Amino acid sequence: MQLTINGKPETLEVSTVLDVLKTKDIDPQLVAVELNTQMVDQEQLGTTSLKDGDKLEFLFFMGGGA
Amino acid sequence: MLCKGLLENDSPGPIIFLIKLTSFSSDCEDEPILSTLKVRGHMSFTEDQITRYSRHILLPEVGGKGQKKLSQAKVFIVGAGGLGSPVAYYLAAAGIGTIGLIDSDVVDLSNLQRQILHHTPDVGRSKVVSAKEKIQAINPDVQVNIHEERMTSRNAQELLSQYDVVIDGVDNFPAKFLINDACFLENKPLVHGGILRFEGRVFTIIPNQSACYRCVFKNPPPAGVVPTCQEAGIIGVVAGLIGTIQATEAIKLILNIGTPLTNRILDFDARTTAFREIRVKRNPTCALCGPNPSLTELIDYEQEACQLQPSATTLTNG
Repeated sequence: MQLTINGKPETLEVSTVLDVLKTKDIDPQLVAVELNTQMVDQEQLGTTSLKDGDKLEFLFFMGGGA
Repeated sequence: MLCKGLLENDSPGPIIFLIKLTSFSSDCEDEPILSTLKVRGHMSFTEDQITRYSRHILLPEVGGKGQKKLSQAKVFIVGAGGLGSPVAYYLAAAGIGTIGLIDSDVVDLSNLQRQILHHTPDVGRSKVVSAKEKIQAINPDVQVNIHEERMTSRNAQELLSQYDVVIDGVDNFPAKFLINDACFLENKPLVHGGILRFEGRVFTIIPNQSACYRCVFKNPPPAGVVPTCQEAGIIGVVAGLIGTIQATEAIKLILNIGTPLTNRILDFDARTTAFREIRVKRNPTCALCGPNPSLTELIDYEQEACQLQPSATTLTNG
C-alpha cells in the first residue's frame, strides 16, 4: 500500500494505523496520529483501516522546555 | 529617503521618529486578535525610548502605535529555563510592558548550557530572581512580576487572568496540559513550546478559534514513558531557537501582524536543519474545547501520578 508518512512516500504492507506503528516499532503511547488531517483516537488505532494514498502524520510527545 | 537615512545611522535623531510616530498614529487597523490590546492613551515615549525602539518604529507594521501596544502588553512566561530564557530576553528587549515569570527552581550548574538568563554566579539562586535582574538590565522599562512557586490547579487561572499572552516554557507534561487548560478556561492565547534532544516544537493556540493542545494530544503520556531533557539530553541551542519563535509569535499576536502559528504545529529537527509543518484542526471530540466538553476544571496530573507512583515526581525535573 502506498502511504505518505510525515510527508514522505512509503510502501508498506499494512491494513490499519496500528500496523504501521508496529512495523516502525513505535510505541503507540508516544505519538499522536493524524490520518488525512483528522486525529485518530488512541483506542481506535487498531480499527482504523488505511487505503492507498492515505497521509499519516506522527506527532511524538515533546515535553521538555527547561 | 527618510528610511534609508535612518538605517544608515545608529543614532537617529528623535525628531525624525516623532514625525513617523505621528504619521502612524492615525493608521486604521484590523480588529486585533487580542481585543484587550487596543492602544490606550496617548503616545508618551521619551527620547531615549524612541531611540531604543527606533528599529521597531521604522517598520510600517509596528510604528509608534505598535510600540505603544507592546509597552502596554502583559506576557506571562511559565518557566524561567531553556525556553523561558530567550523568550524573556527578546520580549524585554522588544519593550513588552509587563513580563510575569513563574518558576520554583533554583539555578543548577547543568542549566547553564541552555538557560541563558542565568549566569555562572547565579548557581544556587532563585531562577525568577536571577531572571528579573537580567530582564531589567536589558530594559529597565519592563515591569517584571515574579512568582517563586509552582503553577498548579489552584493558582493557574488567577495568575494567567492578569496577562494578555501566555508562553509555555515548562519541562513536563502535567504542566503543559495544565497551562493549555487554564489558558482555554481564561480565554488567553498560548504559545506552546517543547524541546527534546535535537528537536523542538512550537504551536500557537487561540482559545475558541484554533486547535488546542488537547485537540492533538488528548492526555499526558503515562509517567516515565517519554524521556525528559534531564534523561535524554537537549542541544542547548534548540531551546534558543524554539524560544525565539515563541517570542516572535507573542509579538505578532500583540501587534496583530501576519498569520499566527495556529492550526499548524511547527516541528524543528536540528540534525537536518529542517522544519516540518503539520496542519491540525479543532477536534470535535476534544474534551476541553470540543462542543461537548468533559473537562471544565483544571487537573493536577502530577499529583494523580504521584499518588499512583511516587517515582513520577522525577518528571518535573526535565
